[in-house]
Amino acid sequence: MTIKLPIYLDYQSTSPVDPRVVEAVSKSLQEDFGNPHSRTHSFGWSAEEKVEIARKQIADLINADPKEIFFTSGATESNNIAIKGVANFYKNSGKNHIITVATEHKCVLNSVRDLEQEGFTSSFLGVQKNGLIDLNQLESLITNKTCLVSIMAVNNEIGVIQPLKEIGQLCRKFGVFFHSDCAQAYGKISLDVNDLNLDLMSISGHKIYAPKGIGAIYVRRKPRVRIKSLFSGGGQERGIRCGTVPTSLALGLGLASEIAKNEMTKDHQHIKKLSDKFLKEILKLSHIYLNGDQTHRYCGNLNLSFAGVEGESLIMAIKDLAVSSGSACTSASLEPSYVLHALGVDDDLAHTSIRFGIGRFTTEEEIDYAINLINQKVNRLREMSPLWEMIQEGIDLKSIKWKTH
Amino acid sequence: MAYSKKVEEYYENNLNIGSFAKEEKNIGTGLVGAPACGDVMKLQIKIDPQNNTIVDAKFKTFGCGSAIASSSLITEWVIGKNIDEAYKISNHQIAEELSLPPVKIHCSVLAEEAIKSAIEDFKEKQKNENN
Repeated sequence: MTIKLPIYLDYQSTSPVDPRVVEAVSKSLQEDFGNPHSRTHSFGWSAEEKVEIARKQIADLINADPKEIFFTSGATESNNIAIKGVANFYKNSGKNHIITVATEHKCVLNSVRDLEQEGFTSSFLGVQKNGLIDLNQLESLITNKTCLVSIMAVNNEIGVIQPLKEIGQLCRKFGVFFHSDCAQAYGKISLDVNDLNLDLMSISGHKIYAPKGIGAIYVRRKPRVRIKSLFSGGGQERGIRCGTVPTSLALGLGLASEIAKNEMTKDHQHIKKLSDKFLKEILKLSHIYLNGDQTHRYCGNLNLSFAGVEGESLIMAIKDLAVSSGSACTSASLEPSYVLHALGVDDDLAHTSIRFGIGRFTTEEEIDYAINLINQKVNRLREMSPLWEMIQEGIDLKSIKWKTH
Repeated sequence: MAYSKKVEEYYENNLNIGSFAKEEKNIGTGLVGAPACGDVMKLQIKIDPQNNTIVDAKFKTFGCGSAIASSSLITEWVIGKNIDEAYKISNHQIAEELSLPPVKIHCSVLAEEAIKSAIEDFKEKQKNENN
């Protein structure tokens, strides 16, 4: 079988739209152009019907009620709604403290920082070396002024899965709302909003083989979570998120959700098999480190540090593979990943990290090709590396006085 | 992250990768940069003591494509030059040759520092020997 190059291994940054979804969305773009909020004619009614079907498909994947699902433009918007919307609604009740984690996506961190400018207080929980939070530490941060805890389910850079059930129980115990950015988790691992005691959840379309530009937010009704909406408009989506719902995109997200529900086990088995093989083979090269907990992780995300080899030079060397060195959102910055920094990954390893993302459409041939290529190029770059030379000689890189400029 | 053709060429076809024995008296070694910055260059020059001409040069670099290309280029440039001539090579020349974007200029600066450091190391060795 001929492989098409470059091979896409960046499933955390985005995913190709599933062909079944492409077909359905294309058809819908032609047929369902009506405004789903138009009450007076069949163009509107039929578009509305499609939107409601999609809403149910999304709700079904997380054991929620369709009335608790609202369409947005994506997880960034959903995160903003969840954090700012809840904080601003409950501000006057005296609850103005928000807890989140240092390894969250930038849109969560910046939403919380923006709220600090408006008089809210916040706590950014650190993580352990494996990327997971310490539940005791979380508990110690909760006060009677805490209104919201926001902790992502699966980390986009390193793939670790936080202890959601335990966090949910803690939040219930103290009467604090629990929001989780599930952009990387939704459709990939089992998420039951009741089992996990989730009050709010952010969903991203383009991470689960749906088009870009569509996402959703889950907002619990019992017990009721109130939100001050971010923008004003005609009252669509029960006022949670005004604006015309893009029928065809919503349909795409709904269908992608239904496919994910039906194929979750199959997808997981496929991705795990490829991920295990990839990791096993790459680890045969010495001095390779997997960032983040070995067991509490989503298998489709492998963030690896290659000692002695700088990340950008490796990415250039393996240009037949489309990968990233951490979050796409921070790739413009020259600094190493803040997530790896939070894990305490040493400076000399932080610059050597690459994230490999495996997904539904990755084939075993592609993984074999990738393994081969990486082996070749890592060895070549190590031959060229003064740091690798020192590591081989048993020199501790931390013991050297580097001449920085 | 589009690299210039020149950077890609130097990255793919570098001739002077390797090491000399540091202790040899006609070898100058420069080690600059830091792992924390993501750029470390080791540049070594072999000098003919009769006329202080650089007869060979080797490098090893931990860094991005531009850093590798900058150090590769400079080893090619210094071979055949007198150490005083080589000392005058400026990072601007390297940056221009490789069409480095502003965000990668520091790679050429490091390469300039590396050659200067190697030459200084050689001179220091000569001084110690004469004493």
